This record gives sequence, structure tokens and C-alpha cells, in this order.
Amino acid sequence: MTAATVKSVYRKGVRDGAPFLLMALPFATFFGVAAAEAGLQLAQIIGFSLLVIAGASQFAALQMMIDNAAIVLVLLAALAVNLRMAMYSAALVPHLGAAPLWQRALVAYINFDQSYMQSMIEFEERPELSAPLKAWYFLGVASLIAPAWVIATIVGAVVGQAIPPEYALDFIVPIMFMAMVGPMLKSLAHVAAAFTSCVVALLLLGLPSGMGLIIAAFCAMGVGAAVETWMERA
Amino acid sequence: MNYSNAEIWLIIAVLAVGTYLIRFSFLGLIGDRPMPPLVLKLLRFTPVAVLPGMVAPLALYPAATGGETEPVRLAAILAVLVVSWWRRNALWGIIAGVVVLYAGLIATGQL
Repeated sequence: MTAATVKSVYRKGVRDGAPFLLMALPFATFFGVAAAEAGLQLAQIIGFSLLVIAGASQFAALQMMIDNAAIVLVLLAALAVNLRMAMYSAALVPHLGAAPLWQRALVAYINFDQSYMQSMIEFEERPELSAPLKAWYFLGVASLIAPAWVIATIVGAVVGQAIPPEYALDFIVPIMFMAMVGPMLKSLAHVAAAFTSCVVALLLLGLPSGMGLIIAAFCAMGVGAAVETWMERA
Repeated sequence: MNYSNAEIWLIIAVLAVGTYLIRFSFLGLIGDRPMPPLVLKLLRFTPVAVLPGMVAPLALYPAATGGETEPVRLAAILAVLVVSWWRRNALWGIIAGVVVLYAGLIATGQL
């Protein structure tokens, strides 16, 4: 194999990241549609996709806002969805810890599910790459997805305003959430956590908007961790 | 939605900064220090702990029907769950859900 250069590594990242467009484009388009439907202005919708740039939490914030939840609860729910990225950040340290600060700062901005997972696969296959080269690979993977995310959001927001309410676009948000949950149900512990979350959230529907969800999420995390611990022992 | 524009921008700004700090945390600030295993374990369950609790009330009591349980929407959401889990792929789940939703809405004369 020829020696890896910045260019070759970056280009490989771009190529390896391209298939994720298939996923990112419809997600972002749906976010644009749902956000426009909910009454957000175009600049605000773009703000979400450009600044927050995290699909599940954008949908979470949007749904809480549709329910007119207290601002603090909107933020809590959306940030809770993103807490998993702290794990991504920790897992990247052995690979990218030695890269310059500007690279780490940039990687953090585009550290989402797809870029993280694809990069970890590559890093484990090519441990000989230096930290800065690994960072270039990571940036390559995200280079198509990140701009596509923003552009597709704008397309969705513009198109969404033209679709009449009979088309049940309000239901896009629950469909997107559910679709993100399915692939996460990897073990009994995950199923138990998901089930707990549903049951507690339904039981606490009488509480002010969003409050029940936060309690349900804490219960579900506890149940998931407990079941996993129990399974490790069994 | 009853938020002022300033409130919406506040939400976006706090989410943007908060999400960035979560992503930057270890890579930039905390460094190599290991986290307690229990914290890591709990963190791993956050998405699966939050999202289902959001979906369940929306699926059972959709706003569009005034909170009345509606078979077509319920069937659509179950289709999403089954297919996205079976194919291990969100996109297939979405496609299944959209197909069931529109087929159902047409079949029941709602569309």
C-alpha cells in the first residue's frame, strides 16, 4: 500500500461518507417539512440544521415546541438525546487526541452518528494512520453529509409549506422517531429501556408538557443499565 | 406554538452550544481521564430512553385527530417499529410507515 497522504485519506473519507447521503437527505428534508409545518421561520429552521446539526435532537426539540413545553424542558429533552455523543467524543480520544486543536474543534462540530461510526471502522482497520490524518479522514466523511443536511432542510422547509394538512405531515415526527428507535433495539436491555420509557411517559401524561418525558427517560436509563448489568452477570 | 421569535432563537442557540460542548467534551476539554463505567453505561441508553417516550403519546393520541386514538396512524407507527428493527435501518422503517399511513388514509377516505 502506498503511504497515506492528507489528500488520499481525505478523499477516501469523502467516498466512504457518500452512501450516508441516502439517509441524511430524507431525514433533513423531513425536518424542514415538519419545522415549517410547525410554524418556524425559514431562518430558524436553517439555524437548527446549521448550528445544532443533530437530527434526533432537532426533532425532539421541535416536538416539545409543538407541545408548547417550557423552554427548559425543550432544552433538556433535546440535549438528553445528544448525550450519547459524549461517548463518541470519549471514544475518539485515543485516535484524535494528538491532533491539533483546530482539527479536534472541527471534528466536534461534525461528530454525528454516521461520521463517528464510519470513522471508527476505518481507524480500527488502519491503526498506523497518524492522528492528524485520522482527523482528515473524519472531516472527509462529513464533508458531503454536513452541507447536504443543511441544503435538504431548506428544500424541505420550502416544499413543506405548499403541502395541505390532509396529508398528515404532522405525523412525520413520530414516524422519524420510531424509525430511529428500531435499529437501536440491539439487546434485551435496550428493549427494556424503550418499553419503560413508553409506559412511564404514558402514565405521566397528566404532568405539564415534557415533564413526564424527562422522568420517563431517567427511569428508562436506569432500567436499561440494570438489565444490562444483570445480563452480564447471568 | 406560542414562543416569541427571541425565545425560539434562544432555544436554537442553547441547543447549538450545548450540543457542541457535548461533542467537544472529551476530545477537547476533559482529555483522557476515564469516566466511571456506570456513567458510560447510563449514557449509552439515552437515545433509547428518550425517543420511545416521545413517540408513545404521539402515536396513541395524535394531535391531528384531537387526541383521539386513530387506527391508521397506530398501524403506521407499528409498521415503522417492526421494519426499522427487522432491517436494522431507519430508512426502510420510514418508507414502510409512510406507505401504511397513506394507504390507510386513502382506504378510510381521510385523503
